[in-house]
Amino acid sequence: PIEARLDCPILTPAGDGKSASPISRRLPSAPAQRRLRRRSRQIAHQEEVICPRCSARPGGGGAAATAAMEKGGEADGGRPEYSIIVPTYNERLNVALIVYLIFKHLPDAKFEIIIVDDGSPDGTQDIVKQLQQVYGEDRVLLRARPRKLGLGTAYMHGLKHASGEFVVIMDADLSHHPKYLPSFIRKQKETGADIVTGTRYVSNGGVHGWNLMRKLTSRGANVLAQTLLQPGASDLTGSFRLYKRSVLEDVISSCVSKGYVFQMEMIVRATRKGYHIEEVPITFVDRVFGISKLGGSEIVGYLKGLVYLLLTT
Amino acid sequence: MKHIFKIIAVLSAISAVWVALLETSTVPRSYTWLLPIYLVVALGCYGLFMVGYGLMFFPTCPREAILLQQV
Repeated sequence: PIEARLDCPILTPAGDGKSASPISRRLPSAPAQRRLRRRSRQIAHQEEVICPRCSARPGGGGAAATAAMEKGGEADGGRPEYSIIVPTYNERLNVALIVYLIFKHLPDAKFEIIIVDDGSPDGTQDIVKQLQQVYGEDRVLLRARPRKLGLGTAYMHGLKHASGEFVVIMDADLSHHPKYLPSFIRKQKETGADIVTGTRYVSNGGVHGWNLMRKLTSRGANVLAQTLLQPGASDLTGSFRLYKRSVLEDVISSCVSKGYVFQMEMIVRATRKGYHIEEVPITFVDRVFGISKLGGSEIVGYLKGLVYLLLTT
Repeated sequence: MKHIFKIIAVLSAISAVWVALLETSTVPRSYTWLLPIYLVVALGCYGLFMVGYGLMFFPTCPREAILLQQV
């Protein structure tokens, strides 16, 4: 199924209607092989390589392709405006889809995708390297780490390699859909906010696949956190956010928690420091059904985090 | 530590009012002793109401799940 969806025209012989995926196991046809060799030469000579479909221009010829790239980048010398940090672990099936969707929904923005992989044993990094061949090494960056080191440190690691003015963080398992990225960008441009966070709890947003128990604990936790902490956002544990780079660096250096308490701490600290926070409704479809992570220890951990935030922010 | 100071300030103001009411006896003493309990109960009711209301109107998106399968 994934092979059929990723019909990048770089690898598609023109006009015959068939499509080959970069991660397909079939040997590419002769014209496709010539194209692959030409792309390798372009990369070797440091020419900008970009998928013609992704830059919304037909490809063909070195000069025309380079001209097409100008649209996707470099008004100010090649710096992307948005750095999208995606921490992954065992996301071999989803990472190609996520990259394709991001390119599909952001045709006009200058961005880079930084994939922070925590040493996945299922071959996620090989998939990312193939994606780099398709989309260009300046648009898809792989910054891997040796093993699972935690989400907060994954963000900091990605931040070190980010060169955009804004940083977007999102999950790789498609619970955060890239189609909301334009609305994040639009909201930030309209209001000049420092942080734009996605919220599942307003009327245009929503969740799917949550049973009553999960909704109850989520709602109870939210009411408790809102009364005690009075943060500037309605969804504290969500992790689909757009930050200004300086704001993220400032806030992340003062956070010490782990897990979802880390997400809460970032928003609460940002509110206390007086940053402007806006919200955008998002929908959250859990891809993983039936795995219940809400045991007694989770609740205790949440309450301890809440008390910690109450006393120290 | 600034938010906890705000909460402590509000609680001290409320307890000052309560002690003043106890001392001046404008309201009969038996009622005044029970005022903090009423306050806690009222707070609990407000919390339960907010939880119930949010639960009733929890936004869901079954359409999105179908769209996701079609990606």
